[in-house]
Amino acid sequence: MSEESKPGWRSIPIAGIILEPGSAMKYKTGDWRAFRPVIDDEKCTYCLLCWIYCPDGAIIREEKTVRVNYDYCKGCGICANECPVKAITMVEEKK
Amino acid sequence: MSRIMGLTGDGAVAYAVKQCKVDVVAAYPITPQTLIVEEFSEYVHNGEVHTEFICVESEHSAMSACVGASLTGARVFTATASQGLALMHEILYIASSLRCPIVMGVVNRTLSAPINIHCDHSDMMGSRDCGWIQVFVENAQEAYDWVIQAFRIAEDPDVLLPVAVNLDAFILSHSLEGVKVLADADVERFVSTRKPVFTIDPDKPITVGPICFTDYFFETKRQHVEAMNNSPKTISKVNDEFAELTGRRYGFIDAYEMDDAEAAIICLGSTAGTAMAVAKKLRGEGKRVGVIKPWVYRPFPAEQIIDACKDLKALAVLDRACSIGATYGPLCNDVTAALYKENVRLNVFNVIYGLGGRDITPFDIEAIFNEALEIAKTGMIREPIKFVGVRE
Amino acid sequence: MVRLRDLPAEELFTSGHRLCAGCGAGIIARMTMKALRGPTVVVNATGCLEVASTIYPYTAWKVSWVHVAFENAAAVASGIEAAYKALMRRNAWGKKVDIIAFAGDGGTFDIGIQALSGALERGHDFLYICYDNEAYMNTGIQRSGATPHGAATTTSPAGTKIPGKPEFKKDLIGICAAHGIEYAATASPAYWNDYITKVRKALEVEGPAVIHVFSPCPVGMRFDSSKSIEVARLAVQTRYWPVYEVENGRYKLNIKVPKPKPVSEFLKLQGRFKHLFQPKFKHVIDEIQMHVDENWERITKLCGEA
Repeated sequence: MSEESKPGWRSIPIAGIILEPGSAMKYKTGDWRAFRPVIDDEKCTYCLLCWIYCPDGAIIREEKTVRVNYDYCKGCGICANECPVKAITMVEEKK
Repeated sequence: MSRIMGLTGDGAVAYAVKQCKVDVVAAYPITPQTLIVEEFSEYVHNGEVHTEFICVESEHSAMSACVGASLTGARVFTATASQGLALMHEILYIASSLRCPIVMGVVNRTLSAPINIHCDHSDMMGSRDCGWIQVFVENAQEAYDWVIQAFRIAEDPDVLLPVAVNLDAFILSHSLEGVKVLADADVERFVSTRKPVFTIDPDKPITVGPICFTDYFFETKRQHVEAMNNSPKTISKVNDEFAELTGRRYGFIDAYEMDDAEAAIICLGSTAGTAMAVAKKLRGEGKRVGVIKPWVYRPFPAEQIIDACKDLKALAVLDRACSIGATYGPLCNDVTAALYKENVRLNVFNVIYGLGGRDITPFDIEAIFNEALEIAKTGMIREPIKFVGVRE
Repeated sequence: MVRLRDLPAEELFTSGHRLCAGCGAGIIARMTMKALRGPTVVVNATGCLEVASTIYPYTAWKVSWVHVAFENAAAVASGIEAAYKALMRRNAWGKKVDIIAFAGDGGTFDIGIQALSGALERGHDFLYICYDNEAYMNTGIQRSGATPHGAATTTSPAGTKIPGKPEFKKDLIGICAAHGIEYAATASPAYWNDYITKVRKALEVEGPAVIHVFSPCPVGMRFDSSKSIEVARLAVQTRYWPVYEVENGRYKLNIKVPKPKPVSEFLKLQGRFKHLFQPKFKHVIDEIQMHVDENWERITKLCGEA
């Protein structure tokens, strides 16, 4: 948001409170990463360790699979490091 | 039905808090606020109130717990003095910035060093910029009355600012007076129950106290200033309703014999009472003197003070605190700034008195009035800043 | 004990926060939110988690959350707890609310110890979680009372004369247990099941409970961001971070480590201990190993696992 388009003191809630829970979802941290995790569905055993260990909740837990939410993934590599069957590889982001 | 009770200043505060059915009190003892917490503890332990009393382990935690409780939607009170107020200093700003309608009794005792348990206003003056509404009382009756009004003012959705009610250490806190107290039902009806505007309700989750960078901080402060600037409307409204209930009429200032006064004293707290007694005596001798006693110190009642001074020729501003390194003491800085802003040229001199509980006598006050009258006559200020009562 | 697939999928600590890539505190916050049992309010002390998760106007929290200051999370939690009691008493509120106070080692061991001690002594019903990254990480990696002996921080740097922090780490759980509280425990995010179970158990305690959880910090401890869980696991497997609980004064070892790796395995992964691998400071590694062994013996003895 440019400075001009940010709301003035009359329109924001008082006391600096944030009324919308989870509004951080509007801030996509995906552009932080230099490497992206790629999950090999063939190897994946759906153990869900990558899901629980992700600091950013960027592994989406679906019915029988997991997939990476690249909007938020910061590329830390914990999922790849912890996967017990090495189903995740960290691939360099192309510039 | 109202009746008269023998109450100390502290006792009057505790009794008012009891009648206001406060939900949470988090407090730490410090002389001479101790009677407030002790008497209130008796009410709690005898089941006379249903307040959750948290005997916190420091004043910093006291104000912190008060903020937590207030954000939850509870009616909250605490009390402190001197070092205790100083210790909670950072949280005072947070309490007001988070718009917590906490009411606090401050028993004005000097700040160390040296350590001294007696009266002066350096404690509240040291925190005067914290964004709280600040009221000073002259006696136990006013302490009782203002605590009750404070809850209404603080919790008003148009205000939502914490209120500090200041009473002089020992002079008021420990002195017994006949205080006209209201019936429980009358107080209950007057203050009603708190209806919070926002809370940390787990069913409607909000985030309170985020970090605001350079792009949003200024706006929140502007809102805070606006809230303080808007508060006079509510203060007046509450004063009106209280007058209807009790016949006791409060406002921003108490102007005593100011209508045709040539010279006047302006001061906060119990000293104003002494000044009024001396003024009465001098009026009897034909001297045209008056006293201005601000009840409300923040928001500063500039308009009311200037109005009271409109025909005045000399004003003695009595400060029971120093603002070391500044031009004048704190109250005098405020008064002169207000005069300057409205282009009012009035001869003002500052008297620093009573530090560390040094007594100020009617004799001293008479001398100050006489000096002011001299200035009213000659138009010349010999000593812009005087220290009265200190041994040279 | 739970299965991962039985944990709620909903993220009450959402993506979009700005903790560093690989941050232990993020893992801990997410795991904690999976263990809630009902309406919850979170109190957060100033620090990495607080700052990075609530940059106005963005908040990563979908529970009610309050931050007041650095040293008073426990005091604020006390006030909230008392307020709910008062509101319930006058029928202005009807249900139990769990209160979780998050604070780093900074806001707990040092500046926050007074408020924590007071809250524990008064017996408020709340859960206090100290996520310990072993330094004041948010302000730039300065030493805290939780920084281990020999670690390099910006206020205890690896100098030519003094190799890192001379002092040893405070025993937080010992301090908490000394208050006679019903539940205190240590944990490591590498052992998610143990941690999440403990959070739920602690929430169910009526009274104060404290969990002290190791929070790996890639930036401050200086290791690759992918290694956070590995470091958190090694901390336990070298007996550096014993995982145990204290229930009403009774100690119980939760993770047995019969064949410990030498603590150097844990140290060598982290840049903050790199200087100790020079010949002239190798003795510090021995000191650390000795301290780890003594601490392990002390804890296991208390746990009746001689």
